[in-house]
Amino acid sequence: MYRYDDYDQAMVDTRVAEFRDQARRRLEGRLSEDQFKPLRLMNGLYLQLHAYMLRVAIPYGTLDARQMRALADIADNYDRGYGHFTTRQNIQYNWIKLEEAANLLADLAKVEMHAIQTSGNCIRNISSDHFAGAAADEVADPRPYAELLRQWSSFHPEFSALPRKFKIAVIASERDRAAMRLHDIGIRIVRRGDALGAQFWVGGGMGRTPMVAPCIREFVPIDQLVTYSEACLRVYNRHGRRDNKFKARIKILVHELGAAEYTRQVEEEFAHLLTLGIEPPAAELARIAAMFDEPLEPAESAAPDRSDPDFALWMDRNTHPHKLPGYISAVISLKPVGGIPGDATADQMRLMADLAERYGNGELRVTHTQNIVLPHVRQAELHGLWSALEPAGLGAANIDTVEDIIACPGLDYCSLANARSIPVAQRIAERFAANGRTAVLGELKLKISGCINACGHHHAGHIGILGVDRKGTENYQLLLGGSEAEDVSLGKITGPGFDETGIVDAVETATKVYLKERDEGERFLDTYRRIGMEPFKAALYG
Amino acid sequence: MRILTGNDLRTGAVVWWTGTFWSIHVEEAADVVGEEDRVIGREEASRRVNAAYAIDAELHDGAPRPAHIKDRIRALGPTVRPDLTLKPADPAAGSWVI
Repeated sequence: MYRYDDYDQAMVDTRVAEFRDQARRRLEGRLSEDQFKPLRLMNGLYLQLHAYMLRVAIPYGTLDARQMRALADIADNYDRGYGHFTTRQNIQYNWIKLEEAANLLADLAKVEMHAIQTSGNCIRNISSDHFAGAAADEVADPRPYAELLRQWSSFHPEFSALPRKFKIAVIASERDRAAMRLHDIGIRIVRRGDALGAQFWVGGGMGRTPMVAPCIREFVPIDQLVTYSEACLRVYNRHGRRDNKFKARIKILVHELGAAEYTRQVEEEFAHLLTLGIEPPAAELARIAAMFDEPLEPAESAAPDRSDPDFALWMDRNTHPHKLPGYISAVISLKPVGGIPGDATADQMRLMADLAERYGNGELRVTHTQNIVLPHVRQAELHGLWSALEPAGLGAANIDTVEDIIACPGLDYCSLANARSIPVAQRIAERFAANGRTAVLGELKLKISGCINACGHHHAGHIGILGVDRKGTENYQLLLGGSEAEDVSLGKITGPGFDETGIVDAVETATKVYLKERDEGERFLDTYRRIGMEPFKAALYG
Repeated sequence: MRILTGNDLRTGAVVWWTGTFWSIHVEEAADVVGEEDRVIGREEASRRVNAAYAIDAELHDGAPRPAHIKDRIRALGPTVRPDLTLKPADPAAGSWVI
């Protein structure tokens, strides 16, 4: 894992001191809310439905046991004993007091964490594959490149006031586990012969105008990664719209200019930037990469005993192949049936930290699907890990099933939301757990957003749900056919929306159509793509 | 009726204007129709409240009930965590919101 050097630590400590002074001046009345708001947002501090909300950055979703324990302590000391893991691999606290926020940030800084650039029109936390460094199918660990980009984008003076927020994902495998093409910039590390390079996909995103990013460059030499990124940002910063917030994202620019013209301008800027020598020296990338190259101890290659059917089911659903023999990646579900997707109590966080140390190398990952990964688990000890999860409410065997629902905080917490997301997720998970169809449905990715901003990735769900406000009443639109994986697509709305009970019934109806129509081996998404929307509409609306 | 809500500057807690002070209980909110901007301006200037705004409400069992569900959730707390609401022991609290 990456470790701060003195420079990193000084940057973060300085920002804490700066914020402490700003908060003090706000509380003393020397700053108005209009003056203070952009300052607190630069430190991830929002004013939400019930209180201040702090969004803490977890770079590319990677953290260690020490940091997870610190997050647990923060939940206990500054919040109400829990936190919410988000679709950007971050954590949010919902009940923060302004008068305590600087102390909280200071506690974060002690474990090399912060909330900088988790809000505002800047480059946000860079996301990545939650199996990075462990996945058998990656060409390289994408995290050193994500870290290089994190350092480049942190406090970048030219990109601290972009037309709109900016999100980057970095992956390094054909399988897309980070919704790469639904980011402002999606980068896939690829190999061409002996050379590593970066494939650039620019102009994707969800929100009110969802778009899938086109590829604008198949191969950027890896020692030009930052320079090409800078070129992409410069063209956006120059031409992105600042007159209309709803048309300010780079996806609109790429769409309006056309991918070819945007690419032409990027290439022109890139050629210019190459003459300036802005790329960090290779030694810096090597320094970073070395920190991600911690060797794992050899592990016994013994397959776990699968005689316990509950364990066998969990192993089938909640693990992922590891690149090294004797190891496996385990996914801890934060989606117990009837629970709140992505929420974890302080005690659960501490347990996950303990288990990461006991059964792995102390590392954890936050997934964009709001679960937690222990990337390097000794396979022979997998049963011990599983046995410790169940009593803590962390043993749900449901990854990528209809119960593994992404849900934004929705109207229960978010001031932007139009409808509640969490209760709908709870009712759907309970419905399928009760009717016993979760297993037969297989892979079914269901995603719920409480408003058009799409924090719950509803456009990319095999089944998506969008909460809207219809004359002051919560209403839910149903979408079918989305995917954020390598077979990326955007879901389509089925028709008129449903009330809270109706949307649960509608989801069940859609799954019945699938079960009736599916061919051998087809997932819900495959069947939808083959038969189209009409059979679903007929069943839903008669 | 029109009532005022905002957040306590120091703690962020949701508060309601009673006519003389800010309370965490919406039942104590006062009708300020016609006075909204004046009260908000004065109270924000004195830092007794942050991000205040006026909303429509109606009397329900003799006490103000915000017209919009968003403000009713603000008034009570998250519907999915009754233990964190202002009325954790009241089984009827949820129906007041929805």
